[in-house]
This record gives sequence, C-alpha cells and structure tokens, in this order.
Amino acid sequence: MAKIVFESVTKTFPTKDKKRKEEFTALDGIDLEIGAGEFVVVVGPSGCGKSTLLDLLGGLTRPTSGRILLDGEPVTGPGLDRGIVFQQYALLPWRTALGNVEFGLEATGVPRRQRAARAREFLDLVGLTGFEDRHPHELSGGMRQRVAIARSLAYDPDVLLMDEPFAALDAQTRESLQDELRRIWQRTGKTVVFITHGIEEAVYLGQKVAVITSRPGRVKEVVPVSFGGRAAGATGEDLRSSPEFARYRHEIWTLLHDEVARAQRLEKEEAAA
Amino acid sequence: MTTPTRQPHPTTPPPPSTAPDPSVANAPAPAPAPGPAPANAQAPAPVPSPLPVAAPGPAPDPVPASAAGPAPVSGTDDPLPRPESAPAPVRAPRRVAVVGRWLRAGLLRSAAILLLLAVWETAPRAGLVDATFLPPVSEVARAWWDLLGDGQLGEHTRASLTRSFGGFAIAVVIAVPLGLLIGWYRPVAAFLGPLLELFRNTAALALLPVFVLLLGIGETSKVSIVVYACVWPILLNTISAVGNADPTLVRLARSMDLSTPRLFQKVILPSAVPVIFTGIRLAGAVSILVLVAAEMIGAKAGLGYLINASQFNFAIPQMYAGIVTISAIGVAFNQVLVTIERRLSLWRVPAA
Ligand SMILES: Nc1ncnc2c1ncn2[C@@H]1O[C@H](COP(=O)(O)OP(=O)(O)OP(=O)(O)O)[C@@H](O)[C@H]1O
Ligand SMILES: [Mg+2]
Repeated sequence: MAKIVFESVTKTFPTKDKKRKEEFTALDGIDLEIGAGEFVVVVGPSGCGKSTLLDLLGGLTRPTSGRILLDGEPVTGPGLDRGIVFQQYALLPWRTALGNVEFGLEATGVPRRQRAARAREFLDLVGLTGFEDRHPHELSGGMRQRVAIARSLAYDPDVLLMDEPFAALDAQTRESLQDELRRIWQRTGKTVVFITHGIEEAVYLGQKVAVITSRPGRVKEVVPVSFGGRAAGATGEDLRSSPEFARYRHEIWTLLHDEVARAQRLEKEEAAA
Repeated sequence: MTTPTRQPHPTTPPPPSTAPDPSVANAPAPAPAPGPAPANAQAPAPVPSPLPVAAPGPAPDPVPASAAGPAPVSGTDDPLPRPESAPAPVRAPRRVAVVGRWLRAGLLRSAAILLLLAVWETAPRAGLVDATFLPPVSEVARAWWDLLGDGQLGEHTRASLTRSFGGFAIAVVIAVPLGLLIGWYRPVAAFLGPLLELFRNTAALALLPVFVLLLGIGETSKVSIVVYACVWPILLNTISAVGNADPTLVRLARSMDLSTPRLFQKVILPSAVPVIFTGIRLAGAVSILVLVAAEMIGAKAGLGYLINASQFNFAIPQMYAGIVTISAIGVAFNQVLVTIERRLSLWRVPAA
C-alpha cells in the first residue's frame, strides 16, 4: 500500500482582486502516489504550488477539494508522523543547536533526561558534533540547515517533508548535504518528499521526480530515476558526469522548459489583459 | 503595527513668580538642569519608533543608542576585553593593553561630564552667570552632602523611589500579561489599537489634575499616575512583540502539533522577551520622569517636592542637589535595566 496518496487534490486561494472576484487555483487535481521509504522529488517552476503541496501534506492547510491519505487515513491536521524542514531554516534563535533539536523532542514527550543525549546523537549524524552550544546566529547557513534536518529526524517521523532546503546554499555545501541526506535516508528508511527547483538536485536525489506544471499546478509527469552507476555505489561527480545522469537531466529539463515558457507566456498575457 | 509617537514630555512647571527678574532666571536654569534631565526625557522618545515597527531585526542597534552617550560605549567596550583575555601565553601584555583601552574608554566617557562640571564650577565664579541662580558645583556638592547628613535627602529619595518603583512594578505586572493577551488575539489588538494610540499620546501629566480630582492629592494619585504612564510603553511593546513573532516559527510549532499554550510558552514568549523588556526599560525612565513632576504638585515629601520647595525657599544649591540626585537615580536605574535587557537579548546580537 502506498504511504502517501494525493487524490485529485485542489487548492484555491481567494484573490485580493475585488473586481474579478475569481479564485486563484494554486493546485488543480493533483494525483500522486508515494510508496513507503521512497525518496520523491517534486520539481516545478517558481510559484507553481510546491510549497502549497507540502503545506497540505503537513496538515498546515486543508485542500479545497480532494483528499490526501497518509497510511490510508485522510490527513486532517499536523502531526508528529511528518517532519517538515522549512525553506527558511525556522530555527529558534534563542536556543542553541542542541536546544533546537531538543525542541522537536519536547513535542513528542521524550523524557527530559534522554533529550540531550538523543539530540547530540542526531547532531552527530548531520556532522555537527562540537557545535551543540552555538546559537543559530553563530552558525553558517549550511550548519543551520543541518540543525533543522537533525531536529526533524530526531523525533523520528515516518515522513520527511523538505521544502527547498538547500536552495540558499553554495554549490559545495549543497552537494555535501545532498550526499548526507541520501546517506541518512538509506540508513533510516524514511519516506522523503523533497521539493526543489534545481533539476540536477532532483535527478541526483530522487528515486522519482514529479514535474509540476504551473498555473494551475498539475502533475505533468512522474519520472522514475534509476542509475546503473548508483547501484555500483557511485556518488558525487562520478554520478553527475555519467551519461545516464545527463539523459535524465535533459528529460526533466525539457519537461520543465515547456512549463517555464508557458508560465511566462501566461504571465505576459495576464499583464496585457 | 502602531505608529511610534512622542512620549509625554513633562514640561517642567514654570518657576513660581517668586523667581526674581525672569530674564536672569531664564539664563542660569537651562545650563545645568538640561544636562542630566532632558537626557532622560529624550531617551524614551526616539526608541519606540524603530521598535514596535520592526521588532526582531533592527532593534538591538537602537537599544543601546537610546541610552544616549554613555551606555553604548560601556556596552561595546566592557564585555569585549574579557573573552579576549582567554589565551594564556599572551595574557600579561594583553591584559595591559586591555586595561589601557579600558582606561582610555573610561576617560573618554567621563570627559564630557568632567567638562560640564568644570564649566559649572568656573562659570559662576568667573561671573559669567549669576552665582545666585547657578551656584558653583562645589557649593551644590556641599549642600548635597549636608542634605545627606541630616537625613533629608534619604527621606525624600526613599519617598520618591517607593512611589516610582511601586508604580513601575504595578505597571509591569498589569501591562505584560495584558499585552500578551491583546497581542495574541489579533482582532482584539486591531479593535483596541486606535484607543491605545489615543491614550498613549495623551501626555500622562496632562491627566494629573484628573487623577488628583478622582484620587485626591495623596499617595494613590501619585502612584497611579506613574502606573498610568508606565503601562503604555510596556503594553504597546508587548502587543507588537507578540504580533511580530516570526510566522515561520509559528508554522514550525504548528507543524509539530503544539497546543496553543505550549506554542505561547515555547515560541511566542521567548521571542517577545527582548522587545517587551525594551518597553520595560522605557517605562523605567518614564516612572522617574513623571513622578518628579507629580511631586512638584501637592506633595510633602519626595525629590520633586525637595526641588520645588528649595526653589520656593530660595535654597538654590539644595535645589540643584535634588536635581543631580534625580539624574543619578535615572542613570543608575536605566543602567540596571539596560544590563538586564542586554542579558536577555544576547541571542539577538549578531556575533560581531
Ligand atoms: N496564502 C495564500 N494566499 C493566496 N495565494 C497564495 C497563498 N499561498 C500561496 N499562494 C499562491 O499560490 C501559488 C503557489 O505558491 P507556492 O508558495 O506554493 O509556490 P512555490 O511553488 O512554492 O514557489 P517557490 O518555488 O517560489 O517557492 C503562488 O502563485 C502564490 O501566489
Ligand atoms: Mg516555495
């Protein structure tokens, strides 16, 4: 049975525009199945509704129509079975790295005495041993994002929802965190829904890449990604420079390119109207 | 949310008609009194402007700035040397350098005050101003010492501090919880906004006659006016602090299914503390400011009374002694609050 199922999920927002009294359709009839333990990447042009999709899955907003099933049960609100890594780190600035990871554990009711040990363990997992007592403003962007990841992992949700977590990082940091994330995923077997607008990132990370169209957001295609090279243990540059990688990259690029062109045309028409 | 506005500026009541020849009376008064007094009076005014508007970000900067002059210097120079003196081998020479820097900073900081004292001492002696209305600082110091000796100063100070700290404490106890409540329920905040704005902009001292009318001339009306004046900066800062809590953090907490009380306890409150405390610090300055003015009208004790009565009895050095005492109290109280505030806002200050 699929872990997560989107059944013709539609989300509209009321528009501020009083004259036209229409609604803005952010997502339109999304159908998507995600298996347990799968690593699914969602790519789409900016503004196509990726964050909206994640909010729905996280239970922070409700679909206008359709439904989302998690383990066969409809999602009705937030829960600790899903951990969100936000686009903007979302660290509590008054807490240390350790305190931030403990924050998630407090919510789950892990006994006080075990929290610190557990938090340390997960900071270690993301390679932040020695930085436990730093406040967020004393950490680099990459470190902050790793604290956020550690926090989401520490309370052990089944599903990890990540909204462009590496978008603000430089290429080197991003690539090393990508490897780290894949390692963690392989080790923990969690279901990961990863949002990005980077094609390379999508191909590099995902087992499946869902391409979303814009205005309204629909699933254009789900591209299964499987490398011979990865099976052989290739990572990093070896994988990125392989011909298979290039082929997938091109395939998704083409799907997206049409989308971006269409979105821009739509925007122009709208501006002209 | 709320547009920042002036704090009540207590217009020091014009000296009673006993003051001989207004043209002379005007000349000396501004010289020493504005030195310390308006420094206090102005402190609250510029601060609230950046705060309620942009709470988390730019606040740390304006905060020390408000302490007008001395505070920021002590803030940046003081804490720095200690962490730097950590490495052992270079300790000795470095400590010398640190002490040197410290002395230099201390000198720089006190230079303006020393200069003021020097001018205050020499100007009357040289006949630049009438020594009757501006006695040299040494005479004021002697008067201060005598007042201290015969217990008058202690008594008046105690009376003033009891009133202003009492009123201040009551205001904190009322305004913080109230502000948290109002700030949390946004419709309530929107509903009350204009009303709060109106009250905040009504100079507290303008209402003094109303307080006296309703509560009589005794302690109640004096403490009440302090409470009233102190409530606004705290209340408005608290409301805006709650309203400006980082929405991403609120989303984070909601995504973890935190209950509302928990969300409040773990996210809203800690993030609001620095801004709330800025309001508290402003209230601290206001409490002394308003009280002194209130004591000038119908009081039998207190520093405001001492100043007013001394002037009335033409005991000019005693009058200045009272003024100096008030500025010293104001500076000390502010310093204490600034220190606490900085401690509470450490996480906001970028590791520069
Ligand atoms: N609360 C809201 N009210 C009104 N419109 C909204 C709201 N949230 C999102 N939208 C609109 O829905 C669309 C999708 O937004 P969303 O944030 O999901 O995009 P995104 O794909 O995450 O974009 P990006 O890649 O830039 O983060 C946008 O056009 C946005 O304007
Ligand atoms: Mg987004």
